[in-house]
Amino acid sequence: MRERMKAASCVLKVEGLVKKFGNLEAVKSVRLCVNEGEIFGLLGPNGAGKTTLISMLVTTKKPTSGKALVNGFDIEHQMDDVRKSIGIVFQDPSLDEELTAFENLELHATMYGIGEPERSKRIAEVVKTVGLSDRLKDVVKTFSGGMRRRLEIARGLLHYPKVLFLDEPTIGLDPQTRSNIWGYIKKLKKEKGITILLTTHYMEEADSVCDRIAIIDHGQIIALDTPESLKNSLGGDVITVETPEAERLSELVKKLKWVKEAKAHDGKLTLCVEFGEKAIPKIVTLANSNKIQVDSTSLSKPTLDDVFLHYTGRTIREENISPKESMRIRRMAWRGRH
Amino acid sequence: MIKHRELTAIFFLWKRELIRFFRAKSRIIGSIGMPFFFLAILGTGLNAAFSMPGMQGNYLAFITPGILAMVLLFGSITSGITVLMDRQFGFLKETLVAPVKRSSIIVGKALGGATTAIVQGIIMLGIALLLGVSMQFSSFLLVLALMFIISIAFVSLGIAIASLMEDMHGFQLIMNFLIMPMFFLSGGLFPLSKAPDIVRAISYIDPLTYGVETLRFALLGQSSMPFLLSFGVLIGFLLASLTAAAYLFGKIES
Repeated sequence: MRERMKAASCVLKVEGLVKKFGNLEAVKSVRLCVNEGEIFGLLGPNGAGKTTLISMLVTTKKPTSGKALVNGFDIEHQMDDVRKSIGIVFQDPSLDEELTAFENLELHATMYGIGEPERSKRIAEVVKTVGLSDRLKDVVKTFSGGMRRRLEIARGLLHYPKVLFLDEPTIGLDPQTRSNIWGYIKKLKKEKGITILLTTHYMEEADSVCDRIAIIDHGQIIALDTPESLKNSLGGDVITVETPEAERLSELVKKLKWVKEAKAHDGKLTLCVEFGEKAIPKIVTLANSNKIQVDSTSLSKPTLDDVFLHYTGRTIREENISPKESMRIRRMAWRGRH
Repeated sequence: MIKHRELTAIFFLWKRELIRFFRAKSRIIGSIGMPFFFLAILGTGLNAAFSMPGMQGNYLAFITPGILAMVLLFGSITSGITVLMDRQFGFLKETLVAPVKRSSIIVGKALGGATTAIVQGIIMLGIALLLGVSMQFSSFLLVLALMFIISIAFVSLGIAIASLMEDMHGFQLIMNFLIMPMFFLSGGLFPLSKAPDIVRAISYIDPLTYGVETLRFALLGQSSMPFLLSFGVLIGFLLASLTAAAYLFGKIES
């Protein structure tokens, strides 16, 4: 009985969803329940299966097996109802640049069956939400990258969706515009109580906006909790040691009882310990006695980056991005300038 | 019974094509330029020199239906191919995840493309009039109907081709090896009856040949084959290309 109650409250329910491309299993039996009104973050390195998972939920790709309900509608058999229940902001731009902001929104509204006078009312309302009221009559070609993103968010809200999907909403934007976009997203949750499912690889941003986060790697969810609990689960402090022999030092410190975890990556060693202030000198002494050079040390409270490293064994930095991905980012940055 | 929502979506998708067309001034000028030069230079230049058997009236008048067919062909195929640009600029996804039928998206695009092609065709007919071509205006409605059928058929062909292509790189290939031969083989520039057998044989599998034939009949009252025959083939081509467009566009995964 309790199970059913819980199921009923999921506005987005994923049960063992699988997607295969030939032999490659891009999404492996994912289970998920997103509650009404929460901002839910999907974090993962590129190629982890985030976008494939979202594509299935928004009905653009068919699952190989498994089931998912969006707003109570089956993604395979009630596609039109699912589509009416969701708003989508794709990773890549999807506006018609030759049309004005108003014309883009108008076309969207008609495709979702919103007639006049409701249409004009809603258009005015959504552009106000994203602060574009004075640009309605301008051709999208003249918009900056941040403005385009905001217009896409406005468009995604036009048909009052239950769930808004944001796939990397801030990719390719400058830091100021990014925080601006997150500001609008938080406002949406506060004012409209809309459920938001987003992906991003900007960890601090995910930390500050998401109610809950799922870390996805190799097509599977490997951790799911609030950002706080995820960070607390590491316990204590994080020490980062910069050294040319990270691997060797890692083997040495793993033998120490008070080191909870040690991972070597990109010429660095990251450790989780309690009482980090006291641990640093001990580690430096250990390194010195083994003739390992230490370039620098730093101490911090765990961040989502550390959580990510803990679960996946790697970091989620820009340099890990595939050439194709970085092309995309560069292209978007370039387009954003115009 | 088509739902009201689908109809409004079709209307606004049609409107989008028109807005895009009229906003791109260079596209309009470009699309009028080539047929204008064909008529004004080739047509008037060869007018005195050419009087081929199998051709009544002067050369300028003879090629007018052919150039009209060319305008419709180029305009329509280019409109169909914009599916590719929509994909490249991401807009296609927006339409594919909307709760409208794929067939509505195609119909909206086809009607929009046909409308812009017909507008170009009418401008071209105006130019021909200015150059002194005498046409029979009694059958203007028939000419309009033919322009509509030809345009829809070739927009659909463009959509079908675009659905198969990954990006714009192949466009030049399509232009050189499909569209240009289609035009040259259509009998728009010379009477097919006097062409070498092999050219004539190939021209019979060129759908545009039947477009030119019907247009020439409607505009000038002359044709080399019975009107109903060429009209029938044209309708057949329309149905085939519509089917191909619906099938191939329906298979696109975003």
